[in-house]
Amino acid sequence: MSNFPNFKLHGSGLALLFLMLLADPALAASDRPPSLGLGSPASRSQIARWDIDVRPDGIGLPVGHGSVEEGQLVYDEKCAACHGTFGESGDYAQLAGGVGSLHSAQPVRTVGSVLSHATTLWDYINRAMPFPNSKSLTPHEVYAVTAYVLSLNDIVPPGTVLNERSLPGIAMPNQSGFTTHHGFMAIRGEPDVKNSACMKNCTTSTTIISRLPADFTAKNYGNISQEFRSLNRDTLRAETPIPSMPTTPESGPKLALINGCTACHQTEQKIVGPSFKDIAQKYRQSPDALKNLTQKIRAGGAGNWGETPMPPQTKPSALDLDILVRWILASPSHS
Amino acid sequence: MLNEDNALPLSPQEPAVRGSYGRVAPAPTHFLVPGGDTRRRLLGGLLGGSATLFGAASFAQQKTERQVNPPPSTGLPRWSQALGQPVNTTYGTPSEYEKNIVRRQSPGLTTTNQSSIAFAPLQNLFGIITPSGLHFERDHSGRPDVDPDQHRLLIHGLVREAKIFTMADILRYPSVSRIHFIECGANTGMEWANVAVPTVQYSHGMLSCSEYTGVLLSTLLDEVGYDSKKSRYVLAEGADAASLTRSIPIEVALNDVMVVYGQNGEMLRPENGYPLRLLVPGVQGVSSVKWLRRLKVGDAAFETREETRHYTDLMPDGISRQYTWVQEAKSVITSPSGGQKLLDHGYYEITGLAWSGRGAVKRVDVSTDGGRNWKTASLQAPILSKALTRFRMDWRWGGDSALLQSRVIDSTGYVQPLIKQLRAVRGARSIYHNNAIQTWQVDPLGNVSNVQLS
Ligand code: HEC
Ligand code: HEC
Repeated sequence: MSNFPNFKLHGSGLALLFLMLLADPALAASDRPPSLGLGSPASRSQIARWDIDVRPDGIGLPVGHGSVEEGQLVYDEKCAACHGTFGESGDYAQLAGGVGSLHSAQPVRTVGSVLSHATTLWDYINRAMPFPNSKSLTPHEVYAVTAYVLSLNDIVPPGTVLNERSLPGIAMPNQSGFTTHHGFMAIRGEPDVKNSACMKNCTTSTTIISRLPADFTAKNYGNISQEFRSLNRDTLRAETPIPSMPTTPESGPKLALINGCTACHQTEQKIVGPSFKDIAQKYRQSPDALKNLTQKIRAGGAGNWGETPMPPQTKPSALDLDILVRWILASPSHS
Repeated sequence: MLNEDNALPLSPQEPAVRGSYGRVAPAPTHFLVPGGDTRRRLLGGLLGGSATLFGAASFAQQKTERQVNPPPSTGLPRWSQALGQPVNTTYGTPSEYEKNIVRRQSPGLTTTNQSSIAFAPLQNLFGIITPSGLHFERDHSGRPDVDPDQHRLLIHGLVREAKIFTMADILRYPSVSRIHFIECGANTGMEWANVAVPTVQYSHGMLSCSEYTGVLLSTLLDEVGYDSKKSRYVLAEGADAASLTRSIPIEVALNDVMVVYGQNGEMLRPENGYPLRLLVPGVQGVSSVKWLRRLKVGDAAFETREETRHYTDLMPDGISRQYTWVQEAKSVITSPSGGQKLLDHGYYEITGLAWSGRGAVKRVDVSTDGGRNWKTASLQAPILSKALTRFRMDWRWGGDSALLQSRVIDSTGYVQPLIKQLRAVRGARSIYHNNAIQTWQVDPLGNVSNVQLS
């Protein structure tokens, strides 16, 4: 315990400890104190340097003020290049317009048309803008440019001066535009859309109503075949257990001969072992044929064709064996 | 059925095997002579349809460039004879041959590359863990590389004692490792009104899954003595230039939220919040604030830009749903998927991913006829709560047109919906939370493409 000098117990700590013990009986109480006493106490001035968030009730707003007209100067210098002179440019983020459009088929979402609190606009500009150099504006400039963006949305008239007291009181066009009546806030929330798990002959439309235009992908994405593992096609093909090495160093018949397979196997006729044709017929459709037969030939064994075992075949190299099996699986055509 | 005459022309030396198992397969590439791959090129011309769409010709080209001409005497590829490289003592990177497997931006989606999205290449991934170097990335003001020695986490607000933690402090706390997915709330958001993107990378690639290691937020909240009576929300704030903020409800914060430094066995990558991030399992990804520098316990939600202007779901009546945290159950087939091409008839493994922000995946069904008939897929263990689950189903493609779909049912019994069912309730303008059943069409030539059904 000497590692944890600051051994304090408090209500929630006890509760947590209890929960942890429930969750993991392997933990002995003495091994895990509820407080490690780590971390340094944060001083007020330390907190103040980072505590920049602003809530709708205005908590967090620093003392300051700025007018629409002062804001225009800031905006023209530091914002207009990206957001457009009137906040109309959609290239980065459109800042003005769209008020009243949210219920339409083409809603225009801007800080003017969507936000329910002007404080959110202040908070965001203060923390994140201007984009290339965030947190560089003084509180005064943030009040001013916030006032200007609000005026671009006709939410405040020219001449308006905003400060820490007036900003939270601004009536935003969409202030009653939000709801929390939905099932997404809790694990047990009620889903709004329900499907059934029908398994057979389900009545569902299979008419295709949307697909990309023919030249869209090539034009916008280039050659997307490059975005797949380039083995992709071959990998998919290799699943098909059919011959694939027609022109390899040694051909199948020759390998069967020099490796002694033909002592027991012929193409058409069963002798000691099954005919290659029968083997092909039996396994060709099996995705694992190549692998399984290769293993079987190496290990030898009986049971798939009768009592007679095949001795382990150690002579062919891995490469030759691969060629042999592929050749056998293609048997009907090389008889 | 595929008209055999349209199929691959067989070269004389290849046995003409036809039937339900399709065409001949090609030789492994290391047996091919550079530039001599006539059949492949023919195939590109014939099967690529328009060569631009699939780019089969350039694909063959690409293959040819990297073929190694084997010494004729042995037929062995170079790497079977020449001494290889010394052991690797630098940070290992994937094979040269995997260089196309990368995160990608969707053209035209964002104006800047800093406030942007790089999508994970789901079509190329196996299992459930996303390699850290392929985890999707969404930044709002670019990706910082934060010096861990200078990084601090401040926890304050309704607490007994506000505290500043160094990374060394955080690493001293009892740790947990858990596998969870992170899915952006806007994943598949481009597809609300119609098909908009060609591949699963762009349609579902704001989704990744990692093993995360860190401290339970409850441990840290307890350390500072949060006010258990008045606390309602915890504000999480990033240390990047955007200093993105989100409100986390206290019940969620105390439940399974983690303050994370480890990802897949190593420290977080810069693009995923190095050295410290929040992880809010099952909740839209924006809550898992990266480069976490501040947690403030408050008695009300903070109404940040990221929970009012964005990440709210606009309904047809003009009202936006706010605080839509939970990522509902969703699944997608990652192979075969849009942009792929089936070259042979015969066996294919249909495989994909399923997940739910409400718990574990209970079942995944797969349909190859556009949802008329379904078969239950097999699920690969482990099947974890709020984690990706891999599903698989055997499939034999005979050359008919097919409509592939997957449908997940999660531990709450919720069944993944159709896009038309979602649209009927939410319209097509809500951007977020599109968890519709995805349809991939396989045409008789084997081209797989993204479609939506009526
Ligand atoms: C270099 C271009 C650039 C400059 C300059 C710039 N911004 Fe932005 N602004 C952006 C981008 C990009 C975004 C979107 C950021 C994101 O995706 O999170 C944005 C977002 C915003 C938003 C939120 C819009 C919304 O709908 O969510 C506001 C408000 C804003 N900027 C105000 C300003 C102000 C005020 C200034 C000047 C002080 C400014 N910006 C300067 C690029 C810029
Ligand atoms: C001494 C006789 C003998 C020799 C030599 C022999 N086999 Fe066999 N082979 C058999 C017998 C017997 C079986 C049937 C085994 C069974 O019933 O599982 C068999 C089965 C097989 C099978 C089918 C395996 C299965 O599980 O169905 C393949 C393929 C095969 N042999 C290939 C080869 C190849 C290639 C060689 C040469 C490298 C070879 N065999 C050499 C006797 C032989």
